[in-house]
Amino acid sequence: MSGKQGKLALENWEPEFASNALGIHVCGERFEAHNSGALYWPGEQTLIVSDLHLEQGASLASRGSLIPPYDTQTTLGELAVVLALYEPERVISLGDNFHDVAVAERLSADVLEEILELQAGREWFWITGNHDPRLPDELRGHVTPQLTLASIRFRHEPAEGAVAHEIAGHLHPAARVAKRGHTVRRKCFVTDGRRLVMPAFGAYTGGVNVLNQSFAPLFPAESFQVWMLGREDVYPVGKRYLLGD
Amino acid sequence: MLETAIDTADALRLPQPFEAWFTERGWRPHAHQLALLEAGRARKSTLLIAPTGGGKTLAGFLPSLVELTGERHQSSEGIHTLYISPLKALAVDVARNLSTPAEEMKLDLNLETRTGDTPASRRQRQRLIPPDILMTTPEQVALMLSHRDGPRLFGSLRYVILDELHALVTSKRGDLLALCLSRLRRLAGDLITIGLSATVAQPSKLRAYLETQSTGAKRSKLAGLIEVEGGAKPDIRILQSKERVPWSGHSGRYALPEIYQAIQAHGLVLIFVNTRSQAEILFHELWRLNQHNLPIALHHGSLDVGQRRKVEAAMVAGTLRAVVCTSTLDLGVDWGDVDLVINVGAPKGASRIAQRIGRANHRLDEPSNALMVPSNRFEVMECQAALEAIAEGAQDTPVPRKGGLDVLAQHVLGMACAEPFDPDQLYDEISSASPYHGITRETFDRIVDFVATGGYALRSYDRYAKLRLNKEGRYRVSHPRVAQQYRLNVGTIVAAPMIKVRLGRRRASKSEPGRTLLGRGGRALGEVEEWFIDQMTPGDTFAFAGEVLRFEGMREMEALVTRATGADPKIPIYESGKFPLSTYLAARVRRILGRPAEWKHLPEQVSNWLRIQRRKSVIPKVGEVLVETFPRGNKFYMVCYPFEGRLAHQTLGMLLTRRLERGHARPLGFVASDYALAIWGMRDIGQMILGGQLDLGELFAEDMLGDDLDAWLAESNLMKRTFRICAIIGGLIERRHPGQEKTGRQMTVSSDLIYDVLRQHEPDHVLLKAAWEDTAQGLLDVARLGDFLKRASGRIRHIHLEQVSPLAVPVMLEIGREPIRGEAQEDVLREAAEDLIGEAMGER
Repeated sequence: MSGKQGKLALENWEPEFASNALGIHVCGERFEAHNSGALYWPGEQTLIVSDLHLEQGASLASRGSLIPPYDTQTTLGELAVVLALYEPERVISLGDNFHDVAVAERLSADVLEEILELQAGREWFWITGNHDPRLPDELRGHVTPQLTLASIRFRHEPAEGAVAHEIAGHLHPAARVAKRGHTVRRKCFVTDGRRLVMPAFGAYTGGVNVLNQSFAPLFPAESFQVWMLGREDVYPVGKRYLLGD
Repeated sequence: MLETAIDTADALRLPQPFEAWFTERGWRPHAHQLALLEAGRARKSTLLIAPTGGGKTLAGFLPSLVELTGERHQSSEGIHTLYISPLKALAVDVARNLSTPAEEMKLDLNLETRTGDTPASRRQRQRLIPPDILMTTPEQVALMLSHRDGPRLFGSLRYVILDELHALVTSKRGDLLALCLSRLRRLAGDLITIGLSATVAQPSKLRAYLETQSTGAKRSKLAGLIEVEGGAKPDIRILQSKERVPWSGHSGRYALPEIYQAIQAHGLVLIFVNTRSQAEILFHELWRLNQHNLPIALHHGSLDVGQRRKVEAAMVAGTLRAVVCTSTLDLGVDWGDVDLVINVGAPKGASRIAQRIGRANHRLDEPSNALMVPSNRFEVMECQAALEAIAEGAQDTPVPRKGGLDVLAQHVLGMACAEPFDPDQLYDEISSASPYHGITRETFDRIVDFVATGGYALRSYDRYAKLRLNKEGRYRVSHPRVAQQYRLNVGTIVAAPMIKVRLGRRRASKSEPGRTLLGRGGRALGEVEEWFIDQMTPGDTFAFAGEVLRFEGMREMEALVTRATGADPKIPIYESGKFPLSTYLAARVRRILGRPAEWKHLPEQVSNWLRIQRRKSVIPKVGEVLVETFPRGNKFYMVCYPFEGRLAHQTLGMLLTRRLERGHARPLGFVASDYALAIWGMRDIGQMILGGQLDLGELFAEDMLGDDLDAWLAESNLMKRTFRICAIIGGLIERRHPGQEKTGRQMTVSSDLIYDVLRQHEPDHVLLKAAWEDTAQGLLDVARLGDFLKRASGRIRHIHLEQVSPLAVPVMLEIGREPIRGEAQEDVLREAAEDLIGEAMGER
């Protein structure tokens, strides 16, 4: 396509591109995707994040890999930024909140305090995940394996088959596109308008290509779109433009 | 030194079996061989510099062979002589070459090799019953030293022979080896080193490498030096082509018929090129011309090992007429009777090209025969400069490295695996190695801390420490697992993530007649870097392993390809990153350019080009830096000619565009070659300079290497590459092993993410410091850029032109060939999104 056409089209879509959040519709509800990997639901004043994997560094260190211990701080810092931006009344953290329960139970006072500060003044749901079937007792908020809110079900692992009305995490989706012979690979949101899988939010979390087999059963109609996390924006890309790894 | 060597030669007598062996063959030992023998008797570490064909290897072994056979000292249980080479193949080759005379002389000694390919059972046995002479690589030495039995194995070591030392000292393997040497010296009180090297610019650095440096000493202690003069001067020509020499590009395509003629006229021709992709192109094109079906082969580092071994065997057997190769054939292994070396493309360095040319001849007294084929007009000047430099015997080998901190971290862990270490003692030991001489105690302590707990200001990992202090104040490994981890990760060679390329088998589909399916099970052709496959979409074609291939897709982490027919391949991007133009050669090229009297040595079409440049613009005087500005299309260009190599120019380009941005010149992009840098923008930079809105002196001011450089690095992805390598060598993340993990990006935590987090929270962490040093040296050429900016200060000559100048044409032609940078990734995403929008708006 020529750049000129693209620009023209871009101007028409200006409102959606104006902020670094973009509207995604799932089952008639409108959400805003943020390039940090958080999803905001204006209708419910709810912010959704997934796969924080807090204390992943410490967990790996306990197994002999002394990677920098600042991941928790980084992840919470990012979260604080989005919380300040949307000021949600409610937060849903979609599981794998902590990378390793055993390590999470030795949480330092600083980290604990930081989390409690983020939780202050808002309702908070910790969905449990495969990494964290239970959570440290000191934390505030509700701990539950799933939650339904205004007909949408929130859980960590996506349900099997082509269900609708669901927002889940667990799979760490990422996508790859090519332009002018160059490729870019980023974490992304993925949805067919009926269900949505969230990107992983944690500082040390990577991504699995959405063309990978693990996504196929979730979107059997073969048509989905991804919203790729850029440095400045979230970018919608159709499935036909995506590349495998 | 040479003189004394000859004097002592007469006084010396070789012991009987040796004397007889030489006499039987009608040979006399070379003076330098006897001189080295004497050095051995005097227990003096020595550097031997000799050209290829000088009997260098035998010379290196003579002292230890004589000692082993002579008054055969008590057969101790340890190794007597350690031979260390940078190449596995070389260790094996030398073992073979040494066994023959040893057998002929009926020497009673035990000689073995040990490389990564040696079966575990044999390695085990070698530790139980060590051979007299062990031929090995730096990694194997490190590995052996990390075991508790080091003192038994090495306690009676008498000689360490370091082959191809000039090549070792410029890499991290050289750092590792230097550290291992410092430990070997501690274990074996009576050890001397013998370094074997090609001619280098600064022999004293190598001599220091061979000796123990003492803490606090101002002057380095140097090993002795024996230098052998080169044999006959090589016979080198620059191709005087009847064809038009191109303005830019690196393919050398124009000269193909002439290269082919040269192959026809000779027995075995080695054709050296600078990159693998050039090798592929040239090989492909030569076969198109090859009406006589001459046996022409291809050899480069990505090809399947089996395929490379076949080519090497065919060379030795004399069944080949030409081999197109890269630096994989640069080092000492003797591959048969080469009678012509052709170098296609830029020589890049005078010593480098001289060593390549030396491959054409393994007899000292005959001249090597070589042909240089420049692939563009600037390269013609570079070839001329190299020719003159070789005639004068000038040397411009790279200087040995300052020791890497990541390598030190690896060594510290290895030493803890061997036995608990006392930090004071280990500090003295490691700083006796010349690459680490002068390292501060504070830096050393930070490295120890890094190895122990990660070295983070946030002391949260103390409970997971890998090293702990014991009661005697020594560091010991906290868990046997740590030693296992060390042994799996030892070494400093970190390959880019590679993907295997496999030829797919076509078979007819049973369910859909007429349709063919693609199955695996075909031949593996070799490996390519992951980034290269990353940029391909199924259906793209590329030249690899001497064939044009069609990329069909990924299957189980292998790239599946089929043979493409007829199509012109999409070729890998030209990457000259590895060898920038040497500073020495660059100065010579500038001198040729600045002195029209010297143009008469250049081919007519090149000197004409320079004459037109003089008429349309100016020729910079020697010492001057020319900056040209001109409009073209609807953009404005600024081109300068520092001749400092592509890396330094890229860095300069990045920094200048930042400054131009601040100066409201609205720059859009830049492109760098080995010779020049072109920047373009929306505003007329030339008019801005003439109108006083832009000061060239300020623009090129040296202080750009301070804050501007920092600010740019903070935004760019550039350091991530070096950081990953440092993190693996330093033991922060684990090396991938075959079958263990599938691609680089599936590593437990990606090194890119670790880098981001560490840079944000602890920017002066010791590992970032190591990565920064590597980046400054290997990717940015900061030191060289600094020298240029100093040189340019007050000597910039600006000329504003109506149109592009002849000198600017080559770099202008490079525009659009450059690979994308991290900064442009956002554009790729934006464009991908626009596709979708276009679709939604019904534009397609």
